[in-house]
Amino acid sequence: MTYLKKSPWVIHYDASSCNGCDIEVLAALTPLYDVERFGIVNTGNPKHADVFLVTGSVNEQNKEILRNTYEQIPEPKVVVAIGICATSGGVFRECYNVSGGIDKIIPVDVYVPGCAARPESIIDGVVAALGILEDKRRAMIEKPGGQINKAGDAV
Amino acid sequence: MLGAPAHCRYPPRGGGPVISGPYLSVINAILYILLAPAAGGLIAGIDRKVTARMQGRVGPPVLQPFYDVGKLFEKEDVVVTTTQNFYVLSYLVFMVVAGALFFSGGDMLLVIFAFTLSHIFLVLGAYSSFSPYSHVGAERELIQIIAYEPMIIFTAVGMYMVTKSFFVSSIVSSGIPIILYLPGVFIGYLMVLTIKLRKSPFDLSTSHHAHQEIVKGVTTDFSGPNLGKIEIAHWFEYVFLIGVVYLFFGWNPLLAIAAIIIAYFLEILIDNTIARVKWELTLRSAWLVAGTLGIVNLGVLYYLKAVVP
Repeated sequence: MTYLKKSPWVIHYDASSCNGCDIEVLAALTPLYDVERFGIVNTGNPKHADVFLVTGSVNEQNKEILRNTYEQIPEPKVVVAIGICATSGGVFRECYNVSGGIDKIIPVDVYVPGCAARPESIIDGVVAALGILEDKRRAMIEKPGGQINKAGDAV
Repeated sequence: MLGAPAHCRYPPRGGGPVISGPYLSVINAILYILLAPAAGGLIAGIDRKVTARMQGRVGPPVLQPFYDVGKLFEKEDVVVTTTQNFYVLSYLVFMVVAGALFFSGGDMLLVIFAFTLSHIFLVLGAYSSFSPYSHVGAERELIQIIAYEPMIIFTAVGMYMVTKSFFVSSIVSSGIPIILYLPGVFIGYLMVLTIKLRKSPFDLSTSHHAHQEIVKGVTTDFSGPNLGKIEIAHWFEYVFLIGVVYLFFGWNPLLAIAAIIIAYFLEILIDNTIARVKWELTLRSAWLVAGTLGIVNLGVLYYLKAVVP
């Protein structure tokens, strides 16, 4: 019996998005879509999160923050890039300050393109990510100590 | 009960003819330790469901809190500082001790002592990390303890004044309708319940709805299994707090259960209709209620006992 898929807590980071995708991410939490039906809770804390939702094309100013936030999420974790900017940099990809897609900074598991991505496709992307999350957990059990830091390592 | 010998100096307390006295209290304590997590988790699940319906949502399954805690124990055990482990375990253990003492019919004062101590361990755990958000949460948790503590003491003192005993077993078997003697104390206790259940307007120290302000307050630096233990301690706490509501109506179990359901529903309603307040107002209003409703109630009771024969 696994509980990971029944209780995915998400954290959302806006890596220089125009706020279009961010509004759609939050729309998924409203009564109309109500993702809490699936146990999804929007935590503001990377240490409590399982699913990392990132919007926007990363730039020089926030790529360190993005990496830091990612590293604080305990294993197993999945990253969902939401919107065409997070997927590839979108129309901003050739700007001098833009990294061009968050997969240049952190590993991405699911891409949800769109400008802005629709709430339905965001939910679809998160559900796809849950399958990957479950695979990662199984891999973690089969190879104990591989990815996991033992307690106290972070001190 | 018929077989009580004439030379028996103490009247038998509670239970049937075979199981009585100390054995019954041990059984009650064991039942509490085994069943309270299940009951507390269900209460938390129903709470989330009712909250969702009040907001026009479908809401998570009733068993969602169990899925959440199961998930937390599947996660990586990230520990910011190893002293955290000790403090979180102590928080859980003393919460269980407080509840077990209460349900075994123990001394209310000892129960309150263990209950407060467990929260002090949570505060110490939050202070042991280095996150400023964790520290803000710890400070607010301390303020909450200061805010609710007088009213909790008044509850125990009021029950002593009515039943002439601090022992839960004597209070519940006294057969006295305590609520009729302590209406002010009961209203004060309901206010304390709002703080203790971490409901708006008093969810200062940790809240699902205050990301921008305090991230997650006291629990910011706890993750995985440690956070799971904190959740389980909350379940034990819910059952204990509801047990105190039961004491007010102890002479009539059916009425007591109705009172518990209504009280909890009111807490959810307040949670969903009132915005979070600042710590100053929390402390002031909690002490104002304890100082007026609590003290006046106890004063009137004292006067009646002293003057009216």
